[in-house]
Amino acid sequence: MKNVGNLKVDTSGDREIVMTREFHAPRRLVFDALIKPALIQRWMLGPPGWSMPVCEFQAKVGASYRFVWRNDSDGSEMGMGGVVREIVPGEKLVATEKFDQPWYPGEAVVTHSLVEKDGKTTLTMTIRYPSREARDTALQSPMEQGVAAGYDRLEQVLAAIPTR
Amino acid sequence: MTLSAVADPTRRAILKSLVDGPAPVTELARPYRMSQQAVSKHVSYLEKARLIEKRRDGRLHICKLTPEPLKEVAEWTEKYREYWEASFQRLDALLEELQARPKGRGPKKRTRSDR
Repeated sequence: MKNVGNLKVDTSGDREIVMTREFHAPRRLVFDALIKPALIQRWMLGPPGWSMPVCEFQAKVGASYRFVWRNDSDGSEMGMGGVVREIVPGEKLVATEKFDQPWYPGEAVVTHSLVEKDGKTTLTMTIRYPSREARDTALQSPMEQGVAAGYDRLEQVLAAIPTR
Repeated sequence: MTLSAVADPTRRAILKSLVDGPAPVTELARPYRMSQQAVSKHVSYLEKARLIEKRRDGRLHICKLTPEPLKEVAEWTEKYREYWEASFQRLDALLEELQARPKGRGPKKRTRSDR
């Protein structure tokens, strides 16, 4: 694989997490993968074992969007949604995000910026949290949503919790 | 505190220059186009964040890196990175597939082994 492990994660100031990642594709295509539900559903899945049965996204300023992920082994779900704030086709997408069961207080604002050079596209994702505490909490437990430990231990953790 | 301490590019550079060993504050200030006073401010921020220790040696203030708190941050960051990298690797595969597909055709499920 060409790209394995080239994701950079960094913090910026008190409230932001900044991720940069290069893709071997033109930016229009990477942008499509950020805004077209049929494409989003195929990659924005986190670790193995999750699918995304609900993916409602409209590339329109002011439109609400909604994503729901499902753990395929036990059917538990986690949902998230927000509002699209800004779109520059092929270049920029800004949206708010809030989880149904947030583990950090408030709403985050995510800015995706795309820069293409020599046929490769660098995606910069800046996640701005409402406070330093929210940012630090989010960094310490990425989207684990009720799952305290790492995903490698997820099954054991879930096995101990009665399913609804 | 640790995260804010390392979020600033100057403070980051100061930490990096201490990786090779302790150095006097005056020397740390040299590469930057800022006053000794401004650099000292960054140094005390790093000291408060327990990322460096300062001791006096004659007229000099010697700074030493104490990276323990950074290790914790590095661990969080690594977990976070792994979480997202899993998605981005799928995106790599998807982008590759989209580029291989002739234009004008609708989405078609294809596995990597089909290529």
